[in-house]
Amino acid sequence: MTKQVTLTIDGQQVAVSEGTLIVNAAKQIGIDIPVFCYHPKMEPVGMCRQCLVEVGRPVVDRATGQVVMEDGKPKIQFGAKLETACTTPVSDGMVVLTASEKAKANQREILEFLLTSHPLDCPVCDKGGECPLQNLTLAHGAPASRFIYDEKQHADKRVPLGDLIWLDRERCIQCARCIRFQDEIAGESVLAFYQRGRATDIITNSEPGFDSIFSGNTTDICPVGALTTADFRFGARPWEMKAAASICSQCPVGCNVTLNTRREAKSGGKVVLKRVMPRQNEAVNEIWICDKGRFAHHFTENEHRLATPLARKDGKLALVSWDKALGLVAGKLADAKGEAVVLASGRLSNEDLFNLKQLADGLGGEALLYTQMGGGELTTAYGVPAGTNFAEMGIGTTILVVASDLYNEAPIWYLRLKQAAERGATLILANARETKLEKYSQFVVRYSYGDEAETICGLAKKAHVGEAITSAENLVVLYGSDGLGLDGSSALAAACAELVKSRAGKPNNGLIGVWPRANDQGAWELGFKPVADLKAVFQKANVVYIAGADPFGDNPELTSRIPHHASRIPQHASRSTHPAPFIIVQELFLTETAKLADVILPAQAVTEREGSFTSGERRAQRFYPAVPARGQSRADFVITAQIAAEFGLELEGRFAARVMDKMAATVKTFAGISYRELAETTEQWPIVGRGDLYYGGTTYENKQGLGVILALSPSPTGRGARGEGKPLRPDEDHWLAVPVTRLYDLGITVATSALLKARTGGAHILLHPDSAQKLGLAAGEQVELNGNRLEVRLDPTVPVMVALVPRSMGVPIAGPMVAKIKAA
Amino acid sequence: MRVLEPLIELRRGLWTTLRSMFEKQVTTQYPEHKRPVKARFRGLHVLKRYDNGLEKCIGCALCAAACPADAIFVEASENSAEVRYSPGDRYASTYEINLLRCIYCGFCEDACPTEAIVLGDQYELTFTNRRAAIYTKDMFIEPVPAAGKPTPQKTGPGMFTRSVPEMKDPSD
Ligand code: SF4
Ligand code: SF4
Ligand code: SF4
Ligand code: SF4
Ligand code: FES
Repeated sequence: MTKQVTLTIDGQQVAVSEGTLIVNAAKQIGIDIPVFCYHPKMEPVGMCRQCLVEVGRPVVDRATGQVVMEDGKPKIQFGAKLETACTTPVSDGMVVLTASEKAKANQREILEFLLTSHPLDCPVCDKGGECPLQNLTLAHGAPASRFIYDEKQHADKRVPLGDLIWLDRERCIQCARCIRFQDEIAGESVLAFYQRGRATDIITNSEPGFDSIFSGNTTDICPVGALTTADFRFGARPWEMKAAASICSQCPVGCNVTLNTRREAKSGGKVVLKRVMPRQNEAVNEIWICDKGRFAHHFTENEHRLATPLARKDGKLALVSWDKALGLVAGKLADAKGEAVVLASGRLSNEDLFNLKQLADGLGGEALLYTQMGGGELTTAYGVPAGTNFAEMGIGTTILVVASDLYNEAPIWYLRLKQAAERGATLILANARETKLEKYSQFVVRYSYGDEAETICGLAKKAHVGEAITSAENLVVLYGSDGLGLDGSSALAAACAELVKSRAGKPNNGLIGVWPRANDQGAWELGFKPVADLKAVFQKANVVYIAGADPFGDNPELTSRIPHHASRIPQHASRSTHPAPFIIVQELFLTETAKLADVILPAQAVTEREGSFTSGERRAQRFYPAVPARGQSRADFVITAQIAAEFGLELEGRFAARVMDKMAATVKTFAGISYRELAETTEQWPIVGRGDLYYGGTTYENKQGLGVILALSPSPTGRGARGEGKPLRPDEDHWLAVPVTRLYDLGITVATSALLKARTGGAHILLHPDSAQKLGLAAGEQVELNGNRLEVRLDPTVPVMVALVPRSMGVPIAGPMVAKIKAA
Repeated sequence: MRVLEPLIELRRGLWTTLRSMFEKQVTTQYPEHKRPVKARFRGLHVLKRYDNGLEKCIGCALCAAACPADAIFVEASENSAEVRYSPGDRYASTYEINLLRCIYCGFCEDACPTEAIVLGDQYELTFTNRRAAIYTKDMFIEPVPAAGKPTPQKTGPGMFTRSVPEMKDPSD
């Protein structure tokens, strides 16, 4: 434990650990020292001088080294000048006056300076109402300025820094929080100061402008309205919006967010989602979120959302009532019994998946997980247990990241591992290509695509790296599916599990899956089995109930099993004797899969209902409804329960909380968990979001739950290691095409958010410049890959004769494949 | 003299009647004749324009925030040089007041940073249903002044960059 130091602030005694800054010590006892440039997540710089306080220290007799006493108390000597509370660490016996006449006068005068050329745009400023400059001026400012109004300087008010963030040059108070965030926290130095004195400007030095996937966070911590998002611009005044707690559904990190909503005339009087803000959870996302989470929320309001049940009549989809749809579906399922298959994805909540699994079990059918990444039975058994927190990892902890491009797959984990490495954790990156996180790693293990599992098996025996792994006090292994399909990632998971097996159950130790979806881990916990051969499923099953998955959109070849698209049936497939299955699709949109369905059941979006997700760290977290449901859509678990009720199977279909109770009673890893427990919070540091937005920014305080890490299930029930299958090694004329994940893909959430969509570009593959040269191609030209036309992008980190094919970007790719690529 | 007492009272009453017949008339023959309202009268709201025809309202919703009856609803949108409603970046694309809720307190006037909303002289308001009591922007906005052009206007880039007009000395 660090040494405690006792000091007095405004007459209150407080003991804090050595090295604490005065501003933080004061905060701990509820004294708010005004700050602008200081932010508790970043190194202090002492630039704005807003935090000036009077500091006195005990006088020490030089001869004796003793504290000089006066009237039985230590004699305190105050400095001639004020000191910045944000850069001065506490010391024993220190006396701090934050509200003395001298301190107040200086705080007042700094504000007067800051306002000399401030435009006072508050009425039109997006920050107005939650603006630190407004709040501090009210609290500490002078009633009038002594500066001459006509000497105010004017500057550009509408400067796009990138396509997501706008700068108002007049409002900027040059605190450098945005620049420091990009440099220190995001590790993408794309902002800088330009010029000096009153001409100081914020500029972006990247091309395209403000090229960072964390850019939205700068608008939260900017203490004025200088940085605002293009997405929200003038969307509403902060006080007009309602707030609902939610969990980001874009990746396995499970960032805590707050959804701000408002009833809007523009949207025909509907309550709509206006913006997504981070909600503090120091164990998950701290106070940050990535730009995908912040800006990819427009799918909820998309006009193409399904609003009513549809059923096929004379080959066409037609509107039907819920009663009719449910009756039809239930009838088919009841007839099919064991021939029924439930196919769901990690997009659904725990409650939805639990009900689907119960339904499948009730029928004697199968509950399958639609995924291209395996190994969940191992993360369930050897995952990180309760008490794990990336924030605590530092010296003594080794973190191994295998086959995962965290920057694209789980951006906030990228931030957290970067920080852990900076605190002294040993970061080992194993991948077939260079990824962004490598910059912060101690060791890099490079292998060829296909050798993932083998490389990891041999890792412990390697010099240095092996030592770092075996002798580490704590070991966390994150594995993903960069360049891998279901088989490859399952084998890799088994290899990774071997490394952490002996540490099972120890906090800050274990295996973490970097899943492609928000709740894949939940599906594994609830007993869903991955499916390798979907074609076989559609060939065998009588009824397929698909929820939250679009297999036909991802792989159009599957269509050959469905008669509605007779024209697309290849010759050989039509010879099969088994009739095509009856397909039920539960979805938000009319996806390719939905188009083939016999019955479509409209589901509610995450933003419209209650539920919970299990993050990659196996943290179950609740989300709450923010906006009213679209049309007649219903929550997935409700629909499933209603179907089940039709054939006499009783499932909970009214309250998500009761589904969780059932889950807690029957699923081992959920044992004892309740919605109430998930909603519990404790005091977090830094304190954000209360009356003082200047300290931590506009991040919301977490009052709705920090979530709970699930218990481990000691006996893995799954298939375990699967060593079979030689790595693909294409011959001279062929290429190895491997799937990779891009943050901004063409999935529905990004595709419906115009600002982000502009960033994705069209379908493309990534090649090494040498490979492209071999094909006689330059960047931007078209190639043909197995019949798909794609744009070529060059990336020197791609191995030669390998093509990276981004998932959800128009090319069906389930795993590594041998491909023919030629110029088109 | 008990008999005479009512007669005396009657005479007194009739005298008052008679006297008032020769006094100055106070009744106005509304609606044929309307009395002018006082300078500070608070009647139906008017959304003002500048002389060039641009709207003063910048869609800041401060009036809505100040309104004790929660009667005002404002929604803002962004101006551009091609499609400009007001100076600066922002204008009110929706402006509604529920006149059944309004208590004509004038707080909205006080809150407005651009003096866009003003309680006018109009007091003849009738509604036959609740919906009709919600007045929209086109019902509040004043006619375009003779020297101005209607909104939206096409203006040169960089011409109207200030949303809130500069006040020379805020105290006068
Ligand atoms: S940054 Fe703050 S003080 Fe400045 S105009 Fe905006 S709301 Fe007002
Ligand atoms: S833009 Fe905001 S965060 Fe950046 S320096 Fe200016 S005031 Fe500070
Ligand atoms: S006059 Fe008063 S009650 Fe009426 S709209 Fe204005 S602020 Fe609201
Ligand atoms: S009338 Fe005035 S206060 Fe109301 S929105 Fe318009 S500018 Fe703002
Ligand atoms: S100098 Fe201390 S907050 Fe800026």
